[in-house]
Parts: sequence; C-alpha cells; structure tokens
Amino acid sequence: MKTLKTIFMLAVVVLMSSAFTTDVSGGYEIGDIATDFKLKNIDGKMVSLADYKDAKGFIVIFTCNTCPYAVAYEDRIIELDKKYAKKGYPVVAIMPNNTEVKPGDSFDSMKARARSKGFTFPYLIDEGQKIYPQYGATKTPHVYILEKTKAGNVVQYIGAIDDNYQDAAQVNTKYVEEAVDALIDGKEIKEKKTRAIGCSIKV
Amino acid sequence: MIGCKSESKDLAINDELVIYDFEGLEPLLNNKDGKTYVINFWATWCAPCIKELPYFEELNQNYAGKNVEVILVSLDFPQQYEKKLIPYIKEKNLKSQVVALNDTDMNSWIPKISESWTGAIPATLIYNSKRRAFYERTFSYDELVMELRKFIEN
Repeated sequence: MKTLKTIFMLAVVVLMSSAFTTDVSGGYEIGDIATDFKLKNIDGKMVSLADYKDAKGFIVIFTCNTCPYAVAYEDRIIELDKKYAKKGYPVVAIMPNNTEVKPGDSFDSMKARARSKGFTFPYLIDEGQKIYPQYGATKTPHVYILEKTKAGNVVQYIGAIDDNYQDAAQVNTKYVEEAVDALIDGKEIKEKKTRAIGCSIKV
Repeated sequence: MIGCKSESKDLAINDELVIYDFEGLEPLLNNKDGKTYVINFWATWCAPCIKELPYFEELNQNYAGKNVEVILVSLDFPQQYEKKLIPYIKEKNLKSQVVALNDTDMNSWIPKISESWTGAIPATLIYNSKRRAFYERTFSYDELVMELRKFIEN
C-alpha cells in the first residue's frame, strides 16, 4: 500500500511539473497538421476553424493589445482580413498572453480594442494558454498560414507579416500576402518561414 | 541627444545614444579581444526586460574586473528614443553601455544573431572568443551568474 502511495505521489509530482513547464521549443513545422480549437471570441461565442465551412485556409495570428509590435501591425492585420477573407483565407486572431500578467490584454480590454480598431475578424482568447504552445508561437505577432485539406489544416507558412515592423509604407516584401497568393494560385510559397521581432508571450 | 555611430564612443556611454543598423551592430557581437560580452536585447516597454535589467546592471558592475562587459541593445521604436529610452537610461542611471538597434529587415538579421532566435524579447547573447550561447528567455541574477561562469571559468 505504501509503495502504491509513493507511486501515486510520484505520478502527481511528474504531472504537476509537466503542467507547469510550457515547452514551446516544439511547435509546428511546415507541413504539419495544425490543431483546431474552440476558443472564446470577443462576442462571447466559441469559435473553431471547423466553423468556417467555405474557407480554403486561415491566416492565424497570435497577437495582443499590449505589445507595440503587435499594435504597429493592427491596421495591416485588418487589411489582410479585408483582402483575403473573401478569397477564402480569413484572419483568425488569438490573444495568447496570461491576462493576470498582462491586464491590458484582459478579455474586456480585447473587446475594447477590437471595437475601437474595428476588427473585422474574430479575436479569440487562449484561455488556459493551451493552444499557442501546440502551434509553437513564442511572441506577438506570430503568424501561421493554414491550408485546409482533407487531411486537416496544413501549416504552410510561419513567421512575420512583412519585412518592416515600424512602417507599413516602407515594406518591401509582404510575406503573408505572397504566401496566401501562392496558395490561391497553387504555386510554391517562396519564403515559408520568416522571423520577426516580437514580445514574448506572457505566461 | 542622439548621435550616430561615427561619433566618438568614449563620450557615448549613456550621455548619448548610439544607434546602429545591423551592420553597425555586428562588430559588437563578434569582438575577439579576450573579453566576455553579455548582450541583452530589450525595450523600455517590455515588462520582463525591465524586470531583469537590474540583474544585467549588477552583473556588469560585479564582473567588470573579470573582463566581462554588458551591452544593452534597445529595440525601442525610433520615435521613442528621445521620449522614453534616453529618459529611462538617465532615470535608472544605467552604467552598462546602451545602444539602439534600428533595422527593420528583421528576417535578415535575427538569424545572424542566432539561428535559434524566434525574435521574441527579452533575449540574451553571451560570447567570448571560445564560446557563444544564445538565450531566448528571462534571467534572475543567479541564473545569469551561473551562465556567465561557464564562460569565464575555463
């Protein structure tokens, strides 16, 4: 009985320690099937990728209210949704931060921000922070372009929105647009992975 | 006052801010002068960066005699240099050298700093002529000392 107790205690310890380490070193690579989710949108409704019957894919963006880099990209994210939702690639934004650490990213603050900016896309909260580690997101903003296939939503692009975090007018390469255009045209994406400066996701 | 990299650096330490593009910053990441360099990437608005900044300052002070130098590389936006960054440097009386990196083509320079860097800050590079390591994480003072010791005790 004592041994059983010990084993049980050990199991609890192991479970607890794994629950507290969020390993993001994994995450998706190009070609992986991305998990679907059921996350709360700012209108209170739950949203899943599976809800989008007509979508050809998704521009999933981990972003938030409080990171200046994310804020600098807000207008460009809205433009992406306006341009590509009708072509079958809507933006789905997910706020991954722990709101106790970042009160400025609270659900109410997300609502307020979405309203004042006129977000045309869902702005979901990753409650419990279960989804972003599966994707391997490390920062905001961090983009994953998914292509809907019979096998599931395949990761086709990971990284930056474009090559200028400061000034939309000075952008040379619009990575996300080029990637989605290539998917729509059935062509190979030139740059499948890019890097961008961002704010670490707050745990 | 904001200076550019051609100005005298002897006077630069925290009286003025030296601003680099990546090409200008790169030599600071590749010194081969026998010193161990601790390069911290941060920004004034980045809460975890601000939290660990005093540890880097402490490290710079405590290990100055051991051939260690801390350089704080700010990624603040250029419009914040005068308004936030310089006042912050003055208010906190930062003793480590602070430079600003202003280079928007991040996809080209992030992997040159480290292949493993996804681009999130805070992030830290420690190097000397023998060893080099990159950390996309936060540090406590003790953790920082523990890492630094791997560089200066062999």
